[in-house]
Order: sequence, then structure tokens, then C-alpha cells
Amino acid sequence: MHALELRGLRKAYNNGFEAVKGIELSVEEGDFFALLGPNGAGKSTIIGIITSLVNKTAGSVKVFGADLDHEPMKVKRYLGLVPQEFNFNMFEPVEEVVLNQAGYYGVAPAEAQERAEESLKKLGLWEKRRTMARALSGGMKRRLMIARALVHDPRLLILDEPTAGVDIELRRSMWQYLREVNRRGTTIILTTHYLEEAEQLCRNVAIIDHGHIIENTSIKALINRLDRETLILDLQRPLQRPPALKHYACTLSDEQTLEVEVHREQGINALFDELKQHGIEVSGMRNKANRLEELFLDLVESGVNK
Amino acid sequence: MSLHHYRIAFTTIMIKEMRRFLRIWVQTILPPMITTALYFVIFGKMIGSQLAPVEGFEYMDYIVPGLIMMTVITNSYANVVSSFYGSKFQRYVEELLIAPIPHSLILLGFISGGVARGLIVGVMVTLVAAFFVDLQLHNLFITLSVVVLTSFLFALGGFINAVYAKSFDDISIIPTFVLTPLTYLGGIFYSVSMLPEFWQDVSLANPILYMVNAFRYGMLGVSDISMPVAYAVIVGFIVVLYSFSLWLLKRGVGLRG
Ligand SMILES: Nc1ncnc2c1ncn2[C@@H]1O[C@H](COP(=O)(O)OP(=O)(O)OP(=O)(O)O)[C@@H](O)[C@H]1O
Ligand SMILES: [Mg+2]
Repeated sequence: MHALELRGLRKAYNNGFEAVKGIELSVEEGDFFALLGPNGAGKSTIIGIITSLVNKTAGSVKVFGADLDHEPMKVKRYLGLVPQEFNFNMFEPVEEVVLNQAGYYGVAPAEAQERAEESLKKLGLWEKRRTMARALSGGMKRRLMIARALVHDPRLLILDEPTAGVDIELRRSMWQYLREVNRRGTTIILTTHYLEEAEQLCRNVAIIDHGHIIENTSIKALINRLDRETLILDLQRPLQRPPALKHYACTLSDEQTLEVEVHREQGINALFDELKQHGIEVSGMRNKANRLEELFLDLVESGVNK
Repeated sequence: MSLHHYRIAFTTIMIKEMRRFLRIWVQTILPPMITTALYFVIFGKMIGSQLAPVEGFEYMDYIVPGLIMMTVITNSYANVVSSFYGSKFQRYVEELLIAPIPHSLILLGFISGGVARGLIVGVMVTLVAAFFVDLQLHNLFITLSVVVLTSFLFALGGFINAVYAKSFDDISIIPTFVLTPLTYLGGIFYSVSMLPEFWQDVSLANPILYMVNAFRYGMLGVSDISMPVAYAVIVGFIVVLYSFSLWLLKRGVGLRG
């Protein structure tokens, strides 16, 4: 069963701007799915349409087989949303934000209390339950939105940049938590600009640019497609111009830093042999970018040129 | 979602709305009580004592129903306009738009908050009035039904105002330039029979006149308007404004891009 099915989805905003231009997308039940794309690609617009916050111009949305146009209440019941921007009442205590949400979904008060406690504890907000929401730190506010989205036990959880502005340690604990939620059967769709996050968490991915899907595959397949990577080498001694390597393209980004493009079949041993022949000694080495990041940039660039 | 779930959802909105104005009672409950006390001191005691009775009532007794009504109207309106606009401004209205709640329940939830505030403030002002005059009650059913219907009506008005409001200024324009003049000209301080004929006819176009008079009939047993006409006007306005509000919410006017 598909957790989500988008067919011919289009959105033109009132000012005439077309943000989504015919999206076809399916997400399997149980999946952990990444929706990636540069700023302004249309990710939040698509999420807005699925969650009834944005009116679509054309196309259809189905959530676990229920059509948004015909069975909106059913669709809404299935969904949990962590929006990109804070959208809770800043003048309500943390616990009330979560309890109200449970109420909106028809969860009876006693059960709501239990669930609120559970989700606030899981997200490390239990001690803050009586604090006014506006007095939380940015990272805590993000976690409050996750606690809120889970309190009615949604079948499909959509997170729009949930870890923006969250510190590394906390981000890792949020990942762990989301993995657990997914393991227990909740389908998750996530947007993020941290590609490491997508790589760590997600099984499948769609890349969106200018309102089009330019790639839709598994993360593994995507990474396997990467046939070259750029290495950054810190040099022992400064160079005036890049060495004329026979098998590798390289550039000097400053006189002690060499960027070398390595194709998958080449390996790096041969690179070091060649560097030695030129009398170049290397003191350190790292990848220019996360591999997925490079691929992402490639895809988006070729998308622009299309 | 069953009826049972909907009931929980509606109750949640209603309680949240009530908590909101009770939490800030110094801004919501107290001021109308002070204002009303001032009205009684100035118009009732100081000036009113110099005036001839109106329709057989001491001036101060005559204006009590109007003053209560004015408070109910402004507070029901103010509650919904600021609460709903606030929820748009801070975006937490999205919590409701996402949730499986029919639009009619969202609307009624906000309206119930406005009605609750209108009635609570109405009771408080009535208590204040009791210090100055001997309260009278001619017909309990009319008194209660008119006050509930009127606060419902103006809560709807506040909702529509909030839907169109794009800034905090927009939520005070209508109250200042429309609501207050209509209320003052709605026969709170005088009987329209005291006006020249032309102005009597003009006054009949003011819907608030019907509510003030119906309420005054409930308390004192005198009215410039016949009761069936007054009820018809009030209910007619409610039907129109309710349908319009629901349509606005369904279309997502001012809410959804
Ligand atoms: N209410 C609106 N009216 C007009 N245009 C809009 C509106 N909301 C968004 N857009 C435009 O639609 C496009 C897509 O925006 P959207 O928020 O969906 O992007 P996004 O992929 O979520 O970007 P980001 O990664 O920055 O969050 C952008 O060009 C944006 O300017
Ligand atoms: Mg976005």
C-alpha cells in the first residue's frame, strides 16, 4: 500500500508563480523518505498541499488510499506534520500545546495526558512542560513541534527541515528517535538541507528542483552512481602552480591546498604514486563534500542546464 | 473520526478560547466593569438625576439594559477578532487547519469563546449595575435568548473582521468606526421615540437598535420595536453572517495560499 501518492500535482500561487509543476510521486508504507531540493524548489509547497495548508491548482493527493478531495478527514487523521516554521501559540505552556493537539484529533483527555507525557519525555521536554512556549530555545521549539506531531500517533509523519538550527548532539538523538518511530511502523517523509541526514536516515529519495522531480530513487542507488569524488590534499610545501598529473585533473585552491578529482575505478594509491613522482608530499586529506552533496549539486546543476 | 471525537475537538477549542481571555482577565474582564461603573456614576447619578423619566422609568434604570448589551457586543466581537487574528498572525491556526475537524466546528469553537466572554462580562457588568439600581426582570427567556443570540452574532462579526485583517490595526478599525457609533446610536441612552421622525426612520436601519430594544424589553418590558421583528432581524443576521463565515473558512480566505 502506498502511504502517499501524488498525481499530476500543480500549484500556481495567487501572484501567478508556478511553484509545483506536475509532480508524480509514490511513497511506500513504512518507508523513510527524503524530499530534497534547493531553497525555493517547492518542497514546503508540496507538503502544504498534502496537509491542507495550501490549495492545489491541479492533481490528486492520496494518503493510504484516501483521496484528499473526497475524504479529507480521513487523510488528516493519518497525518502528522512538523512544519518548517514555528506555528504554535507562543503564549501557551509547552504541555498545553501538545494536549490541545491531542484534543483536536479527538484523543480523550486521560489518554492525551499519557501520550503527551510520553512524547515530551522522549524529546527531553518534560521538565519544561510548564514553561511558556516562547521561552524555549530554538532547538527546544523544534522538538516541541515533533512531540506535538506525534501525540495523535499518525501513520504518516512529515517533517519539513526538523533539524534546522539544532546542535549536532541533539540532532543525533533526534535521528535516533525518528528511526525508532519509523521502526515501529510510522512512514516518514523528511526534507532537509543536511544531506548527511538524508544518507543516515532515509531509504528512498526524491530530488525536486523548480517544481519538478529531477530524481526519484533509493539513496543507495544514488550514491552508487557517484563515479568520482573530489579530494582535498593539504601539502607539506607550497606550490606555485598545479602539478601536471597524467591521470587526474587537479587545481590549486591556495598554494598549500590541492583539489584532485578521482574517478571510482582509479583508486587513490595510483594518485599518491604520481604525486610522489612530482615530489609532492601530502600531510592531510579529506573529501571536498559529503558524497551525496556532490551528487546533489551535479543533479541540480544539470537540471538547471536542461 | 466519530461524533465522539468531534465533541472532544470542539471542547478543546472552546476551553482553549476561554483560557485565553481568562488568562488576561485584567485586559478582558476588568475594563468593561470599570467603564460601566463610570457610566452609572456620570450618566446615571450625576446627569441622569437631572433628567425626566423615559417611558416611565428613571433614566438610570432605563439605560441599564443598553449598557449591558453594549458590553456584551463589544466583548464578543473583540474576543473573536483578536483571538482569530492572533492565531493567524502566530500561525497556530494551522494546527486547526491540519487537524481532522470540520470547518463548522472550528468556527463554532471560536464563536463559543466570544459568546463565553460576552456572557461572563455581561454578568459582571450586571453585578456592577446592581450597586446603582434595583435590577428588574420582565421576561427571563427573552432576556437570556437575546443576549446569547446577540453575542453569537457579534462573535461572528469579529471572526469575519479577523479573516480580512492583515495587521493589528485592521482589528480595531471596524470596532472604532462602525461598531461604536452604531452602538451609541442604537438606543442605549435614549428611546428612538424621542427623535424627530426622519431620524427615527434612519435608526431603524441600525441592527443594534433591535437587539438593545429586545433586551430592554426582556428586562423592563418596554421597547421601541416589536419582539417578532427584533428576533427576525437578529436571527436573519446570524444566518447570513454564519454562512458567510463558513464559506470564508472553507475557501481559506486569508488563510491558505
Ligand atoms: N504564498 C506564496 N505566494 C507566492 N509564492 C510563494 C508563496 N509561498 C512560496 N512561494 C514560492 O514558491 C516557491 C517554492 O517555495 P517553497 O517554500 O515550497 O520552497 P522550499 O523547497 O520549501 O524551499 P526551502 O528549502 O527554502 O524551504 C518559491 O519560489 C517561493 O518563493
Ligand atoms: Mg521549505
